[in-house]
Order: sequence, then C-alpha cells, then structure tokens
Amino acid sequence: MQSILADTMFFPPERSSVAGSVDGLFDFIYYLSAIFFVGIVFAMVYFVLRYYQRPGHKEEPSPSHHEVLEITWSVIPSLLVGVIFFYGFTGYLNMREAPENAYEINVRASKWNWLFVYPNGAESDELHIPVDRPVKFLLQSGDVLHSFYIPAFRIKMDCVPGRYTSTWVIATDTTEAPDPNDENAKDGHLPMNLFCAEYCGEKHSAMRAKVFVHEPGEFDVWVEKAANILEGRSPAEAGEILFKRKGCAQCHSIEGDMSAKYAGPPLNGQWGTERKVTARGTTETVVMDENYVRESIRQPNAKIVEGRKPGMTVFTPQLLKDDEITAIIAYLKSLK
Amino acid sequence: MSTITPDTKLDIGHNDDPSSNYLTCSSGFLSWAFTLDHKRIGVMYLVGIFTSFFLGGLFALLLRIHLLMPNGLFPETWVNMNTYNQLFTLHGAVMTFLFIIPSVPAALGNFVLPLMVGAKDVAFPRMNLASFHLWVIGAIFFLIALFTTGLDTGWTFYTPYSIETQTNVIAATIGAFILGFSSIFTGLNFIVTVNTMRPPGMSWFKMPLFMWAIYATAIIQILATPVLGITLLLLMAERLLGIGVFDPSMGGDPVLYQHFFWFYSHPAVYIMILPAMGIMSELMSVYSRKPIFGYTFIAYSSIAIALLGFLVWGHHMFVSGQSPMAAVIFSGLTFSVSIPSAIKVFNWLATMYKGNINLATPMCYALSFIFLFAIGGLTGLFLGALATDIHLHDTYFVVAHFHYVMMGGTVIAFVGGLYHWWPKMFGVMYNEAWGRFFCLVVFIGFNLTFFPQFIMGSRGMPRRYATYDPEYQIFHQLSTLGAIVLGLGMVGAVAVLVWSLFNGRKAPANPWGAATLEWTCTSPPPFYNFEHAPHVGSPYDYSQLKYDPQVGGYVKDPNAKPASDHH
Ligand code: HEM
Ligand SMILES: [Cu+2]
Repeated sequence: MQSILADTMFFPPERSSVAGSVDGLFDFIYYLSAIFFVGIVFAMVYFVLRYYQRPGHKEEPSPSHHEVLEITWSVIPSLLVGVIFFYGFTGYLNMREAPENAYEINVRASKWNWLFVYPNGAESDELHIPVDRPVKFLLQSGDVLHSFYIPAFRIKMDCVPGRYTSTWVIATDTTEAPDPNDENAKDGHLPMNLFCAEYCGEKHSAMRAKVFVHEPGEFDVWVEKAANILEGRSPAEAGEILFKRKGCAQCHSIEGDMSAKYAGPPLNGQWGTERKVTARGTTETVVMDENYVRESIRQPNAKIVEGRKPGMTVFTPQLLKDDEITAIIAYLKSLK
Repeated sequence: MSTITPDTKLDIGHNDDPSSNYLTCSSGFLSWAFTLDHKRIGVMYLVGIFTSFFLGGLFALLLRIHLLMPNGLFPETWVNMNTYNQLFTLHGAVMTFLFIIPSVPAALGNFVLPLMVGAKDVAFPRMNLASFHLWVIGAIFFLIALFTTGLDTGWTFYTPYSIETQTNVIAATIGAFILGFSSIFTGLNFIVTVNTMRPPGMSWFKMPLFMWAIYATAIIQILATPVLGITLLLLMAERLLGIGVFDPSMGGDPVLYQHFFWFYSHPAVYIMILPAMGIMSELMSVYSRKPIFGYTFIAYSSIAIALLGFLVWGHHMFVSGQSPMAAVIFSGLTFSVSIPSAIKVFNWLATMYKGNINLATPMCYALSFIFLFAIGGLTGLFLGALATDIHLHDTYFVVAHFHYVMMGGTVIAFVGGLYHWWPKMFGVMYNEAWGRFFCLVVFIGFNLTFFPQFIMGSRGMPRRYATYDPEYQIFHQLSTLGAIVLGLGMVGAVAVLVWSLFNGRKAPANPWGAATLEWTCTSPPPFYNFEHAPHVGSPYDYSQLKYDPQVGGYVKDPNAKPASDHH
C-alpha cells in the first residue's frame, strides 16, 4: 500500500514492506483528525461570529443537555477510535514476529556506537542488509538503554541491557545511488539513517549509523569480504581477532590458566613443546606444530590431551578456512 | 472543620478594620511567609510557579537557539553536548515538577476553591502552608542540582543511565520526592474541603465544575504520588547502596523502573490537564452567558478520566520490549481515555450555542485552548495506535504532542483562568486590548513553535538530540523563531497583569457576571472572605445578574425570578 502522504512533507520515503501500512494508518488518522479538527474550529468560529456580544444582542434559552446529541457524539468517536485501535494493533503484530527463515544480524549497542555482527562472523559499524529478504535484528546493549531506529523502515526497538529484544524488516529498495557521481554517495550508495532514539548520555545525538541495502549478489560479496579478516593485517594480528571471534578464547586460556574455568588446555607458550595425548585408545607423544594444530582444529577428537575430555567444536572449512587456520597458527606461535 | 479562629491565626499584625482586605490587613515578610490564609498562600504559589516558569522558559529558549544550526549554534565551549543534555533535563524537570503540577491546583485552586464553597479557608490551613514550604524546599534542591553538577538524565530519570551518571541525581530526586509531599498535602486538603465544607444547598451536582475537576485531580494526587516517591527512593538506594532492583549488571530490571515511573507520571499528566479542563468549563459558561452544556457528563467524566488515567501508563513503553499482549491492552485502554476528553470539547462548544459571547481576554484564551487542545488530543491518536507509535515514539512528534496538550492546554487555560480571577485576586482590572493582543501573540508563537515539530518528528527526527541531520534544519529554524515569539507573548501577557497592579481601574465585585460564589465577596476579598455567609444558587444561572454601569460590573437583578434548576 502506497501512502498518499508519503511523498509529502510528513514522511521519509518508504523503504520497507511494513512502511506502507504504517503510513496508510497514519493517513487514515490524519484525515479523520483533520475532519474533526476543521469541524471543531468551524463550529467555534461560527458561534463566535454569530453570537458575540454586540449592542442589543442577548442570549437565548437553549437546552442545557440533550441526550440524543450527547449519545451520538460519544458513540461515533468511540467507534472510530475502535477502528484505529484495531488497525494499529494488527499492523503492530505483523511488525513483531519475524519469519522463521529471516537472515539474522546481531546488533550490539553501546555508548555511543553500533556494532553489527553477521552470521558468518563479519562485523561492521555500518549496517548492510540484502534487499527483499526478511532480516531479523537481535538487539543487545552493553551499558544503558539505547533504541534502534531506522525511520525509512518505520521500525524501532529498545536495546535493553541484560536481555535480548528483536525487530525485523524486509527492505523494498536498495540504496544504490542512481547517479554514481553523486557527491553524497558512498561506495555507490546513498545510505539511510539509523538513529539511537533512547536517550543514552552525552553523545546520544552522535549515536547514528548508516544503512546500506544491497542487491542480494552484491550483499553476499560484501559480507564475505567483511568477514575476511586476513586482508590488510599481518597473519598474527588476524589470527588474534579470529581466535577471539571464532570462540577459541572461550575454552583456551592465553594466560596459562589451567583451571576448570577453561575446558581446553592453555595455548600460550606451547609452541614446539611436547605433550602426551590419547589417540584411539593409545597414548603417544606429540609436538605442538603446524600439523598438530591444524588437526586439532579440523578433527579435535583425534588426539585428546591427557586429563582433558573430548568435546571441542569441529571446525569445518565453512567455519574456518585454511587461510584462517594459518593465521591462527601464526598467532599461537607469537604467544609467549 | 476549619480551624481558623482569631486565636489560632499566625498572621502577624493582622487588623480587623473592615475596609482592609487580605492584602492590606497585615504586612511584612513574616506575615506572608507564615500566613495561614489560603489566599496569600495561593498568591505565594503564583509567584513561585511563575519564577519557575520563566526559569524553565529560559532553558527552553537556549535550547531552541542552540538548535538553529545542525551542529549547534553556540560554540562548543559554551554549549556542548553535555550542556545541551542538562538544559533539556532541567527544562523538563522544572516545568513538570516545579511549574505545571502545582500551577492550577496549588496556585489558582488554593485561591479560588475556598471562595467557591463560601468558606473562610481550606480544611487544614496549616497543612496548606506546609505544602507551600515543602514546595520551596523542593525547589531549593532543584537549584542545588542546577548549581552543582547539574542533571543530565532527562526528567524521567531512566535507569541504568541515572544510576551511573556523574551528575547530581540525588539532589534532584530528593527535590522531586519533597515536591511529591507538597502535592499530596494540597490534594488531601482539597478532598476534605470539598467533602466537608460545602455550604448547605450546595449538593454534589450543584458544585461548580472547577471544583469537580480539582476534586478529581486531588484523587490522583494522593493515589499516584506515593508511587513516584517509592520509585525515587528505590532509585536513590540503587545509586547509594547498589541494591540491584533496577541495575541490570546486578540482575535488576530497567524496564521495571519504567513501569514504576509511568505508573505515576501518566496519571500526572491528568493532574496537569484536569484542573485546566475545570477552568475551561467556568470560562466557556461565564463568557457565553449560558449554563454549561451537559453538566453531569462533564462532572462524571472528570472522575472517569482520573480513574482510567491509572490504566494507560504502558503506552509510554510500546518499544521497550514489553510483551505484545501488554502493548495491545495498553493501546486499547489509552483510547478509552480519549473519549471523555473529546466529549468535553463538544460540550464546551455546545455551551456557546445561542449565547452572548463576550470576547474578553479569558475567553480568548479559552478559544485558543480549544484549538490547541484539539490538536494535542487528536495527535494522541497517532501515538495510541501501536503501528504508528513504533515510528513516532521518542521523536519530535511526541514532543509536539505533549506540548500541545501541556502548554497549549494546561498553560493556556491557566493563563486564561488567571486573567479571569485576577480582578478578584488583586482588585484591579487589566487592560483588555493589551490582554487580547498578547493572547494572539502567544497563539501564533505557539503554533509556529510546535507545529513544525510534528513534521520533523514524522520525518524521523529523534528527540533529545543536540545535533541533527541538515534535512531537519528548516523545521528547527521555524520552531526557534516561534519560540522567540511565544516567549515575548508570555512576557507580555504577564506584563499586562503586573502593569494593572499599579495602574488598573478598581475592580467591582463581579466584573464578568459570573454566578459562582467567589464573585459575591468584594474584590479583593476581605481577610475572612465573606462578611455574610453567601447564599448558594445555581453556579451557572446568569438570569439573576444584570450589568450595572455605575458599578462597572454585575449586580443581582432585583426583578429576577428565582433560579430554576440548571440541568
Ligand atoms: C489529556 C492530556 C494529555 C497529556 C497531559 C499528555 C501528556 C503526555 C506526555 C507528557 C507525554 C510524553 C512523555 C515522554 O515521553 O516524555 C505523552 C506521551 C503520549 N501520549 Fe499523551 N497526553 C495527553 C493526552 C493523550 C491522549 C488523549 C492520548 C491518546 C489518545 C495520548 C497518548 C499518548 C501516548 C501513546 C504517548 C506515548 C508516546 C510515545 O512516547 O511514543 N495522550 N503524553
Ligand atoms: Cu544510544
């Protein structure tokens, strides 16, 4: 549904599948209010002109109440607000529940920036999404209340510390700039605004981000590239980021902590050292080298360090590419 | 019930000279600061809240001027983001807690209500004085916050930000806590006064509607304010002791804070608007010279609004992550409150029908109220409907909406009421031409200030922003221009009144031809309000009064037939 007011002063352009119905309801209330407002002001002005105190004018008796009139003007507005309420809440329910197959993006709000984390591990501080595909935002806050607001999509949801909230959208248009030489364009796009709508302290009004909507093919390329941490970094630096982001750091200490807090053995200062492991029931000694590390990532249960239980995630090539393993190895080598 | 007797009064140096009135019967600072006279307390409240209003207004003008440019007009060293956040917080806090909540009930209500019941004072004069003293102490705590580290939480004090900010949240919350007691004292006093001190002949349905409105307001004041008090105490405990009720890092729940806060603060908006509606009922009737249309409905709807107003707080939290079920229920209830308000507007209009409309300054304000309140109320529909509120919540649309209701509604009615009762309060007539002129300036300035905010809000401009995208600049500039006009208009409106104190013609007892009891005593009233117990008639029967050019006001028509019932 295209709103009649959409291209007027009242709205930013509609860029999501729900925007049309929101604006449609807005239009409905708007025209209804306009009718009532004009009626009220007209009656008021008319009475003033007709009955104002001028020489010789006197008030005339009139009923001081009138049941039929009073019931009419109570019932009609009640019915009308009933209609508004109904469309308000049905529209809202559509906005709350994301479809099952939605592409899920984690949104982390903190003072005063936005971090978007994509399913393949890519992270960005600008929001990139594909067009025509349901995208679900799982919202989190690292400190105080923030609110995730994209006016062109007509969506908003608070980010509450200590719990998850969510919202979703289907973008209907890409943000590709019609004219690639447009001076406002960035990477060929005219991005939309994302605001923090809940007051969150000093730089609240600076907590804005840009939203890019891509063609699906272009989006896939973008996320792949964003997830590729190897480019432009030394292998050890990239390895450190991957070590944290892929979850290694959850089970392996890099400070020599042997305690049960960490399910796996510590990994610092281990390069080139020997350890006893159990491989298919037999005990053998291995050296921590490239091949051992690679095997421990791809087939973690092949060799278990004595005293530890099997249970590490199997990192298939989809989860971690060979190049990335190489970077992690470089990082482990650097750990003293 | 009234405890006022000559022996108990504290008024220092009071004399019983029959030609003296409440203003002249005694003098000196102490005779005011410790008076038990409701009229003097009302006048002191008036001075206090106007001071607050201009302080809050000054903050508002600074804010608006700062917003002339997308990155702020003032250099960073004067107004940076921090200063901006403090400005809007103090603007909001001062306007809500110090100004608008006490404005009509505590200032006008205090002065007018006992006169309307033909009594010598309110039921508990000492408590009344205490309520004013508490107001002063509360105001001092606000000033402490202002002059120490300021306050930057927004007037809503949302957690967890309010727990961790370095500004003086404690001083401000203590201030608001104390002001809460002030408000409860006022409410309690009015309830008892209305219940016990009505004169013989004034049954519930013969009370002026202003009394109904104040009564309904008082119910909210005593039921809702304690919740605010508890909430603020918990907040202080959270900050000082870290009890972990609202702090998510200790397992607390910030959304719970919002529930507590709005459970008070939504009813609080009715503390603001109901008395204003009461003033409207008086003005529309007196200046149209017609009995109010639909008296019974207006009376009941005040109570209905007061009670329903307790059930809608969740509409401030549609995007807070509350359950969709809760959101739907709150949305439905919200609409149920809009109906009684809408019908009151129709009643006021119907009152004008076949009347004899006197466009005196108070009536100009009353008409202005209808225009602005209609916009404020109708735009509430966009916010009550869930789908549209998601987009509009926390944008300038909301800012415009509540300013249309609170400033366009309450403040305009308050000023109208002040003009209406001014001759009674101070015994002088103001200049009509200037009074109307500044009413017009206020009206124009108001719309210019707030209408553009609806547009920028629906275009996505969030509220509480110190800097913004250039696309919104034109609306901000119009709004700032309007704010300056509005500011001048308000200063002018007050100046007209102040001027009249020194140069105004002496006011007759009943300049407007009103039929409520406060117009039967002299202007200004004597110390004991009435020389003889007034005769109670119908509050909206104007047939008994006729204009006497010699007095310059209305007097009882000796030929009039006895009043018939007014409804
Ligand atoms: C009767 C007088 C009214 C007063 C004094 C009033 C006052 C206010 C105030 C102060 C706020 C803003 C709170 C904040 O976020 O800081 C507000 C918001 C709101 N008002 Fe009203 N209001 C009134 C009437 C109405 C009516 C008639 C409706 C609906 C039919 C309504 C619906 C709302 C809604 C839903 C919000 C929350 C909007 C949002 O935060 O997105 N109000 N009102
Ligand atoms: Cu934020």
